[in-house]
Amino acid sequence: MAFIATRGARAAAFTAAALGALTLTGCSSDEAEPAATGGDATTGAEAPAELTPVSVQLQWLTQAQFACYYAAADQGYYEDEGLDVTILPGAVDIVPIDVLTSGGADFAISWVPKVLGAIEQGAKVTDVAQIFERSGTTQVAFADSGITSAADLAGKAVGSWGYGNEWELIAGMQANGVTLADLPGGATVQQAFDMNAFIAGDIDAAQAMTYNEYAQVLETVNPETGELYTPEDLVVIDWNEEGTAMLQDAIWADSERLASDEDYAATTTKFIKGTIEGCIYAKDNPEAAADIVTAAGSTLGTSHQLWMTNEVNKLIFPSTAGVGHINEDQWEQTVSLALETVNPEGATIITADPPETAYSNEYVDAALEELKAEGVDVMGEDFTPIEVTLSEGGE
Amino acid sequence: MRTARAQAIVWGVVGVLGIAALWELYKALAPEDGVTVGSVTVLPRTTDIAMPHIWDMVTRLFEPVTRAAGADALWWAVLQAAAFSLGIAALGWVLGVVSGMLLALLMQRWLTAESAVLPWVVLSQTVPLIAIAPLVKRWGTNIHMGSFQWENWMSVAVIASYLAFFPVAISALRGLKSPPQADTDLFHAYAAGWWTTLVRLRLPASVPYLMPALKLAAANAVVGTVVAEVSIGLGGGIGRMIIEFAATASGDPAKTWAPIFGAVLIGLLSAGLVALLGRGLGRFRRGEVPA
Repeated sequence: MAFIATRGARAAAFTAAALGALTLTGCSSDEAEPAATGGDATTGAEAPAELTPVSVQLQWLTQAQFACYYAAADQGYYEDEGLDVTILPGAVDIVPIDVLTSGGADFAISWVPKVLGAIEQGAKVTDVAQIFERSGTTQVAFADSGITSAADLAGKAVGSWGYGNEWELIAGMQANGVTLADLPGGATVQQAFDMNAFIAGDIDAAQAMTYNEYAQVLETVNPETGELYTPEDLVVIDWNEEGTAMLQDAIWADSERLASDEDYAATTTKFIKGTIEGCIYAKDNPEAAADIVTAAGSTLGTSHQLWMTNEVNKLIFPSTAGVGHINEDQWEQTVSLALETVNPEGATIITADPPETAYSNEYVDAALEELKAEGVDVMGEDFTPIEVTLSEGGE
Repeated sequence: MRTARAQAIVWGVVGVLGIAALWELYKALAPEDGVTVGSVTVLPRTTDIAMPHIWDMVTRLFEPVTRAAGADALWWAVLQAAAFSLGIAALGWVLGVVSGMLLALLMQRWLTAESAVLPWVVLSQTVPLIAIAPLVKRWGTNIHMGSFQWENWMSVAVIASYLAFFPVAISALRGLKSPPQADTDLFHAYAAGWWTTLVRLRLPASVPYLMPALKLAAANAVVGTVVAEVSIGLGGGIGRMIIEFAATASGDPAKTWAPIFGAVLIGLLSAGLVALLGRGLGRFRRGEVPA
């Protein structure tokens, strides 16, 4: 008995020591946290108490797609409005609108068609500012593939990310008489986060954002020439030109809080105002804006980040009615495409017109008025994109 | 003893070199487009994008992450990310082992508990991680207790523990029930209570069952951590690094392999730590059975 007791006690002591050591390792992650995610949460650790805390949920990782928000935080535009803004980067399984409606964030950034579906499912959210006026989604193919337009996609391996990113593609094909049934296997090919499948030839026409995946191809060495791929090697089907563009990055707010909470409504205007100033900063200082995003925790290569900033600027500027203003005709186009476009399951995004609360120009117009009164150019008519030279791997 | 250890190290190095040689050999011999049967690729492509040269991957490790001023060397960035993920995985492992043990004790103590809880324990593992992850994060953000604030990394640790507790609960239960009738009868005859029987008999007897489970739990915790990082977007660890570097998969293919080496490193380290734990419990590890 005594023998067993000693053994037991020793084992217990050892287990306790080992667990203790492991727990310590676990705790060290606590200390590593602020350093590691310091770039995620921005502005004012020691901000004065009167700043209103505001959080915004992005739809993807920290990258120059969101240069407006990071620039606004870095340049103190939010602070000038009395806001202490925390920017929450997205992830694979984070749905910004779900985060917004569950109270995890005050605002969310998301594409309009995805949210229209959520609104029909009962989400009470409002598009309060349409930051991107143009769509950045394209379908790219190699010049020698024989694909020159959306009509040529029939019978080809067409890539798509899914998760609501495919609607413009499907609408564009539909407008050109190509249905999913015309594709091999009756469906699009699931595309990964990289362009390897396209470059290897598994996908004939790949989904590509002008500001990201398109550049990824141009950063890759063409084995036939030993040089980087050039724009001449590629055919780009631009949904803006095909007439099936849908509205993308918009700021979404909680409809019920807008109606019942005056402070929130005022904060919404302030947040939009700061964001627009951030966009204008990124337009005028693309290099600095790209560096701000990199400093905020993005690991994208320098030339890739700058390319992204520049391409995103093109989606915002020049603005037809002031940055963020939701143009009725574009909203109508997005809604009518959402009503007509049939997904692989045979359903449309929405079955009825969205409620009136789905978008509102009230807050963005107030922000634009204030900016105009301050002499800020909110149209950017003089905008000229810079020339960005991509290097291998985006470096 | 010393020669045995030296031999083990030599064989370990030979193993790594062997894999590297195999990689390069396949890359050199197999066709560029891989081997396809019909239209299905059964063996991978060998292009530099699909399979970069070993030396390219190693050289890339010693170059900076990006050209941005003040960027760390890639190996250092990967090492930091690996340490961050390992810390969370370790916490998840501890949480998982503790809750797994408690569940096993509960089920061993009361037969009713076993029939009530065991099906749920098994069922819990059929819920996909991608469904659990956003839920845990959402519940977490709704927790406010004084100055305590739920952080994203805590959600990741909880998700890791969710995967880690299962093998521990199942194996510990088997282990606790493993002493033969004669032994429990003997304890009974000595008028030993449940607690004494547990500490002196059942726990020591469960060690051979527990060790493989602890290893499995460590592997699960690492996988859970990496996947949860990707899933809910926790920055700083290996999982997020894999997603971030995917952008350079064609332009800078060697870079995308760096976080994978980091993940391998975490796996090796966690397995090593559990093995170390096992050495301390060596006396109890008679006739170890696989989990």
